Amino acid sequence: MNRSILVLILRLLPGAIRIAARLFPNVREHLAVGDWTICLRLRDNSLARQISFNKGKISATWKRTDEADAEIVFMDVSTARKLLAPKTDFAFVIDALKNFKITQVGSDVALLWFGGLINAIQSASWKSGTKMKDGTTRHVTLTNGGPVFVFVKDDKIIRTTPIDLADDDAPSWCIEARGQKFKPQRRATVSPHALSLKSLVYSDKRILYPMKRVDFDPKGERNPRNRGKSGYERISWDEALDIVVGEITRQKKVHGPGAIAIAAPAHHQWGNINYYLSAMQRFGNLIGYTRVDPSPISWEGWYWGAMHHYGNNMRLGTPSFYGTIYDCLENAEQIVFWSSDPEATSGVYAGFEGTERRDWAKKLGLDFIHIDPALTKTAQFLGGKWIPIKPGTDAALAIAIMHEWMVDGTYDKAHVEQRTTGFDEWSAYVLGKEDGIAKTPEWQETKTGVPAKDARSLARVWAAKRTYLAAGGLGAGFGGACRTETGAQWARSVVMMMAMRGWGKPGINFGNLQIGAPQDLNFYFPGYSEGGISGDLYNSASSVNNYCRMPHVLTLNPVLQAVPRQRLAEAITEGHTEGYKWDGFSIEGQYAKYSYPKPGYSPIHMLYRYGSSSFGTVPGSDRLVAAYRHESIEFVVNQSIWMENEAQFADLILPVCTALERNDIAEWASPGGYMQHSQTQVNHRMIMMLHKCIEPLGESKSDYQIFLAIMTRLGYGSMFSEGGCTELNWCERIFNSTDLTERISWAKFLKKGYYVVPPPADQDRPPVDMRWFVEGRDKDVPEANPLPGQYVDGFLKGLPTQSGKFEFVPSSLRRMEKFDPARPAVNRYRNDKGDERVGRFPLQLVTNHPPYSFHTQTDGKNSHVSMLDDHRLEVDGYRYWVLKIGQADAGARGLKYGDLVRVHNERASVICAADVSPMMMEGVVRGSESCAVLDLIPSQVGLVDRGGCLNLLTPARQMTKTADGIMPNSCWVEVEKWDKGQERAA
Amino acid sequence: MKCWALEIDVKRCINCSNCVLATKDEYVGNVFPGYSAEQPPEGVETIKIVRHVRGDGSFTDVSYIPKTCNHCDNAPCIKAAGDGSIYKRSDGIVMIDPVKAKNRRDLLDACPYGMILWNRTAQTPQNWNFDAHLLDAGWTEPRCAQACPTNAIRALKLDDEDLAKRVEEEGLSTLRPELNTKPRVFYRGLDDVLRHMVTGNIHEVAEDGRQQNLAGVEVVLIDSAEGGKRSAKTDAFGDFRFDGLIAEVSTIELRLRRNGAEVPIASGQRGGSLNLGTLRVDRAAAGAR
Repeated sequence: MNRSILVLILRLLPGAIRIAARLFPNVREHLAVGDWTICLRLRDNSLARQISFNKGKISATWKRTDEADAEIVFMDVSTARKLLAPKTDFAFVIDALKNFKITQVGSDVALLWFGGLINAIQSASWKSGTKMKDGTTRHVTLTNGGPVFVFVKDDKIIRTTPIDLADDDAPSWCIEARGQKFKPQRRATVSPHALSLKSLVYSDKRILYPMKRVDFDPKGERNPRNRGKSGYERISWDEALDIVVGEITRQKKVHGPGAIAIAAPAHHQWGNINYYLSAMQRFGNLIGYTRVDPSPISWEGWYWGAMHHYGNNMRLGTPSFYGTIYDCLENAEQIVFWSSDPEATSGVYAGFEGTERRDWAKKLGLDFIHIDPALTKTAQFLGGKWIPIKPGTDAALAIAIMHEWMVDGTYDKAHVEQRTTGFDEWSAYVLGKEDGIAKTPEWQETKTGVPAKDARSLARVWAAKRTYLAAGGLGAGFGGACRTETGAQWARSVVMMMAMRGWGKPGINFGNLQIGAPQDLNFYFPGYSEGGISGDLYNSASSVNNYCRMPHVLTLNPVLQAVPRQRLAEAITEGHTEGYKWDGFSIEGQYAKYSYPKPGYSPIHMLYRYGSSSFGTVPGSDRLVAAYRHESIEFVVNQSIWMENEAQFADLILPVCTALERNDIAEWASPGGYMQHSQTQVNHRMIMMLHKCIEPLGESKSDYQIFLAIMTRLGYGSMFSEGGCTELNWCERIFNSTDLTERISWAKFLKKGYYVVPPPADQDRPPVDMRWFVEGRDKDVPEANPLPGQYVDGFLKGLPTQSGKFEFVPSSLRRMEKFDPARPAVNRYRNDKGDERVGRFPLQLVTNHPPYSFHTQTDGKNSHVSMLDDHRLEVDGYRYWVLKIGQADAGARGLKYGDLVRVHNERASVICAADVSPMMMEGVVRGSESCAVLDLIPSQVGLVDRGGCLNLLTPARQMTKTADGIMPNSCWVEVEKWDKGQERAA
Repeated sequence: MKCWALEIDVKRCINCSNCVLATKDEYVGNVFPGYSAEQPPEGVETIKIVRHVRGDGSFTDVSYIPKTCNHCDNAPCIKAAGDGSIYKRSDGIVMIDPVKAKNRRDLLDACPYGMILWNRTAQTPQNWNFDAHLLDAGWTEPRCAQACPTNAIRALKLDDEDLAKRVEEEGLSTLRPELNTKPRVFYRGLDDVLRHMVTGNIHEVAEDGRQQNLAGVEVVLIDSAEGGKRSAKTDAFGDFRFDGLIAEVSTIELRLRRNGAEVPIASGQRGGSLNLGTLRVDRAAAGAR
């Protein structure tokens, strides 16, 4: 019976394909390029169906012949029937492939095409987008700053707008606090950069075709010394793929495993399929590569410091936030913003969702205090007390505040007694019993610039009121202060301050209303760190949910060698380096040292650079120029969207399209993994399609398509795409792996483009974070953290420290301090390099995240964001990066608003436009990091960068020997007026 | 007849520039026949955000004032055009006809607010036209209002009576009312930020020589240009702030009030806002314990 049904299916198959071709243009298009013969047969050869495709014509026989380009071989009848079912059961298919119940033999290209045909038929009737009255079609996409509608007509983007929720979208939550009701507006607010999409898609800096450096010949002279200087010529995709594939093969044959390194940025365009942790990682694993390991650069002082006191290693040391929006509005009396500017930085990815909530706090009459070298956008909006502070000295102020609480007795003594350890030892340091120096407000004054009387007032008012501490832009972490020489000291200090205050009590917690909205956290949709389609269980959070729920093929990197991203330059120029791991699975994970080269592996000779941002985003980026030109690097391929920054140093450039030119799927503000529940930043959880709105410009392709093209040349096409899945097929597979299937059909979701997850009922909200701890109960927030094995007193009891309590003197650091005395268990203030070079370079430079661009993504390339005077100011026809400088410092240098200035130190010179205002404290200048434009020009003082890459100036070194964190905000410069007449060779 | 007007809340503008970017998104690369010519990516800044800074030091106060075409009911530009190339619609919107106004560079000077811009690629003057083409297609607000995350920019569609009532009740004002152009762009909070502050900090030196902020003490300001006395209490940091002073220049005296007595502690000339900085008072002046 089974067999006769299979025979029937095989008999009807060619006819079914013909019918599908008549009905659906995409099937016709696919058939038109197919010239293959495929045989489907049982392994025992007792049944075979051979179908020939000749550019649209289909014929079939019941015999297997030598004309077959490829075969799909089934173990038995029931296996064949299941594969040929109308709807692909991927769980079955993947299992069958893994266990050789189905095998594929012959031409990979033919199999890829045939799989693509089946997928095309299955997806033929799928529709995306909504037709509007004005003739446009309304699509959707998701950016790093929120979701937008994209209106398209005749393959052209007309406009992109924020999304106003429809009446039939899920209702909004309501928080009742202090007798008032608070409901968020039914609009997804977006960051400025999210509104500049058209200018990015149609930018004249788009790379529209593959290019090769004119003096690079893979078969002859490679001229590595000319990288960054020579021009490029257009080549075909065929030629480009020949070069890439040829080099991949040559590197492995000539040098061995490890010769190929792949380097990605920390963020890029949104989309779970095309993300670097997804398609790129899958690609890399299938060729074998040296990983260029990211480091926790957003977290630094929290990861290398604060974590040791209390845990949260799965969050890389930053606090959690459950229930804190409600708790802050209901119970807090004031918010201290410390290195926290959410109106500029939006937490991360969250548009302006937090702004409305902070406005509620303002209406409720909360007081605000801002500790920052600049009068931040948040301080400008909310008002309150501004306490200017010298960058990198924040820990001194924090310790002095704790001193006051100790001498006044104004801290939570019961909590400290019952739930913490080490307080006596810590007090001994603070009160001066250890070293004879009491850490008073007077002690900190010369270090921080904060008058002693103000530090004392701050300590008093903090103790007198229920205070939320916003440490870092997220409120619950990050902050420029954590990326200085003393970054760990500051982060450690703030968690100790909170422990002294009774962290978790009503109105006493971390936060600035940026994160912790009452969302349904049971509803599953993967974040971008959950691995997407990579199949990689080691280097993503895929094993937690994604791998189980979306059956797909595992991939493993056969190369174990890795190099730390912050040390890539010296790894190349000096041939060796070492670093410490990003490992959130335990507090001690960060003690794992690794070195490059790894014994037994080849050093790096090929760099596959995915994206082009490093000159603007890596501290001490000046080192990369020599690295790129080093003799040992035989081949550099760069896969980018725009011609800028690092792309200018490649031998071969592959053109990538924007997210609006390919399909993908993702959730707003959701990395998942190490930032679990980050989507509680937004007021409405939104799961989005990223529709393909227009055809890719020029010859550009999506990252997925580029990797597939390379993989196909190497015979891995079917494996990489799992039988010819397009990005849209993968979107459906991802959709089916999530809880969306319980709420909305795939067809409806694809067409409309988004789904709003309803909030939980008012009485069904997560409890307030750390309330359980301060009340001595078991942990009760819905957080998969820490690992069960980390607990000391039993599951869910206490913190994952050695004592199970909050440790003022962390045991984990006590175990380490003999090895690295610069990381003492007692958080002593130490800022040696702080005074080192004050003589020659008297101004401190802080480089904040740009408020208008998302890292390099929307800067430069003639984007609309680049036309904003507060981002880049036009002087004589060139748009210069803005540097903010105070009135006294400007006056002393003869500077006024709009003057060009040279910002320099011993590393480099960068030309900026000065914004002179009282919003900067004396002695500090401020410019954003993340400049996309590297524009080195000769001048009378040597090469200067006119583009604005301030990271050329920042220090490249790490915090301590074993605390491998960046410290860009410990940077000293001088600023002087720049005459454009100096812009020529001396 | 209900007509369009714009209401801008200066205290809610956070200088995000979403309004500017959304408007660029609308007009760059798009021509709307009968309404507007395609704009180049820069040079036609029909929405400008003006930064307004008061005070200095840690008392610096910053606000942002978005500016657009005011769609004046008594528009000088309409008169200057003379030939209907600039006209007012029955719903209040002032339109510049991109075809009729071509080459009329002279019209840039006709706007006393400087909000007629020159579109050099289309060789025509251009204003922010309320996104009239969108409103006519059914939108209920222009792009700038739709993109504004704080609702600092709101579109109103009211008849004259209701509009006048709103202006009165909400204390709305316009830019440079003395020009008598009768703008239809109204501001909330503008008067407050155009007025001036006197700020400072009061501290004393304790017996042990340490400085200490004086919280909760009363200070009195006498401003030669304002009537009477104003009083305020210092906050937890010993800071005080007087706001809402209208006159541009004056002479001021600051006194500390304790137990019914007033002791002068500072005086000076005020031009705009004045920051008296950190003021030290003697322990005797701070009053008996």
